[in-house]
Amino acid sequence: MKRRDFFKVTAAGTLAASTQVQAREQRVLSDDALGILYDATLCIGCKSCEVACKRANDLPKEHGTSLEQQYGVQGTWDSGSDLNSNCFNKIKVYKHGKAEMKDRATDGYSFIKRACRHCVDPGCQSACPTSALTKDSTTGIVSWNPDACCGCRYCQVACPFTIPRFEYDSPVPRIRKCSLCKHVIAEGGRPGCTDYCPTGASLFGKTKDLLVEAKRRLELQPGEAADYPVRFLGSGEFQSHKVAHYVADIYGDTEGGGTQVLTMSGVPFEKLGLPKLPDYAAAWKSETLQHTLYKGLIAPVALLGGLVTVAYKNTPKGDEEGGDDE
Amino acid sequence: MRKEAMMSKAKALGGKILTGPFIVLALFALIALILMVKRFALGLGAVSNLNDGHPWGLWIVYDVVTGTALACGGYAMALLIYIFNKQTYHPLIKPALLTSVFGYSLASISIIVDVGRYWNLHNIFHPKYANTNSVMFEVATCISLYIMVLWIEFSPTLLKGANRPKLAGWVQKLMFFFIGLGVLLPTMHQSSLGSLLIVAGHKVSPLWQTMFLPLLFLISAIVLGYGMVIFESLYASANLNRPLEIPILSKLSGVIPWLLSLYVAIRILDLVVRGAIGTFVTEGFNSVMFTIEMILFIIPIVILFPKANRSKPRRLFAAAISAVMAGILYRFDAFLVAFNPGDGWHYFPAVSEIMITLGIIAVELMAYLFLVKKLPILAGNHKPAHQS
Repeated sequence: MKRRDFFKVTAAGTLAASTQVQAREQRVLSDDALGILYDATLCIGCKSCEVACKRANDLPKEHGTSLEQQYGVQGTWDSGSDLNSNCFNKIKVYKHGKAEMKDRATDGYSFIKRACRHCVDPGCQSACPTSALTKDSTTGIVSWNPDACCGCRYCQVACPFTIPRFEYDSPVPRIRKCSLCKHVIAEGGRPGCTDYCPTGASLFGKTKDLLVEAKRRLELQPGEAADYPVRFLGSGEFQSHKVAHYVADIYGDTEGGGTQVLTMSGVPFEKLGLPKLPDYAAAWKSETLQHTLYKGLIAPVALLGGLVTVAYKNTPKGDEEGGDDE
Repeated sequence: MRKEAMMSKAKALGGKILTGPFIVLALFALIALILMVKRFALGLGAVSNLNDGHPWGLWIVYDVVTGTALACGGYAMALLIYIFNKQTYHPLIKPALLTSVFGYSLASISIIVDVGRYWNLHNIFHPKYANTNSVMFEVATCISLYIMVLWIEFSPTLLKGANRPKLAGWVQKLMFFFIGLGVLLPTMHQSSLGSLLIVAGHKVSPLWQTMFLPLLFLISAIVLGYGMVIFESLYASANLNRPLEIPILSKLSGVIPWLLSLYVAIRILDLVVRGAIGTFVTEGFNSVMFTIEMILFIIPIVILFPKANRSKPRRLFAAAISAVMAGILYRFDAFLVAFNPGDGWHYFPAVSEIMITLGIIAVELMAYLFLVKKLPILAGNHKPAHQS
């Protein structure tokens, strides 16, 4: 094609694309979104939540792990060391130096709960080509649909917290992760991990109410005794704890566009394995780009029209010998 | 021009099919086949080192992301010949198209091996399940359509080989449409292969994570296309007993330094604008890989800007190899090296994983060797191959 024609084609394509530039709006937390407030300063590392999680989700115990080998025992206790396809909730520990004092970064230690954070704008949901990862429009719970999933594992690539787990050792693998015990909630119950937490470290409730509770805790005077709700907001059960020195931030309030599971601690979040994230979701960036380029397929169709016209002009015609097969 | 086209009419190379190299390739293909049976019987973990932190490994990064870019010869040449109307390059289109057909078709087979729940793959196109927000949806749709377009573009050669010239003529008449579509689709999916990483956010090092990923992937895919066309032509001359196609290759190679300069400029300016240029030295191993990548991208620019170098086969070959290596490394870096999920996850492909990839490459080469000997694909004027 002539240079002028080329500019016409590209101009048509760019114009069509640029008139469609529209950032997909950032998702906001719904009023009825459910979540968990995990307060590491209240966690005693008893792992009741892990047992309750396995019971609620009918998951087998893990045996023959490196931990069991280390202690020369077998089949004694559930001894996995990380989230996996049979473990949706894990309490891990941060230790530094002499690990003398809880909730302190230097020479201290802290626990941290690992499970799905049920993002406000989930990367896994945006990434999934078959809509196998869904976000409930009311509760905001992110769950997985086996009938839809093709096992491409893009959700694993997309998750900023490496939460979805895949059954690499199965010929019929599934994606496995916490679904906030939505089957238990459907029957009027609450997530296993929160219901069995003896100290209120894992607290169930609506995320917007949990945020209010979290902010209340940040206002408390460290060292003084305060009442903390146990199991779920509005349970009427309280425990008195000495207020710890909190990091003056609630992880999940803004991180990655917000998450319905919130975390508080005395040790900087990054040391607990929670990545530093911008206040928007990567999914929002990705979808804004895709929508800009492909909205209504206007730009691709305009470009195709231009390309076909030019290709028609430039394909020799009139005899069988012409064209591509010369 | 017509005269030149007549002179370079494509011919079948002829010669023996079951040569030594061909049998070795077949052996590789057989090993891969056995390992694939194991993968389908026992799961992905039985043959690969893929894990929850690194869910995508060699198969996605080489077979799909890199393999289809290496197979961009057909796209890159169609762009020059039919869109920019440079008909002189016509003799190069058929071999380029052939590598594209196999590169893309085999990438799609790799996908079936890689995805865990392959029986649900069709859901990507099912109206009830398709997620148009997903970059993967865009990639899968465009690649699937493009494979069909490639086979249609290649079909006249096959139909004539099967003695169906009338049908071939029919396809030829509609070819302009498929050529247009065959330029649009790779433009879309080769850029989207880069966009795949945007949703991974902080897990990808700032040296690679940028909103310019689609543009950078697109430009480097086109360069990979031209690089492979030049490499294959020079290689075929040396090993399939064919004369050198230097005049046409040297002309074609002139496009590369311009495209690569654009690529390098965008890459560096983007780092500066994002305030991430410092990561050029502060990212440890990532910084080293980035530097190697940049050197490989700059070598062809340095070699090919002086016109005199473009007609020297050795320099041309070196520049093509460097451009191809740069494009390959860029993809491996972005998807594997720069991908850090944290928590101490690491990945290096297992031997059986590598063997499956090698087997798929072997099938590609076998098909190429078979077809150039049986069908009129490579441009004429060649000396006859060894007859047995």
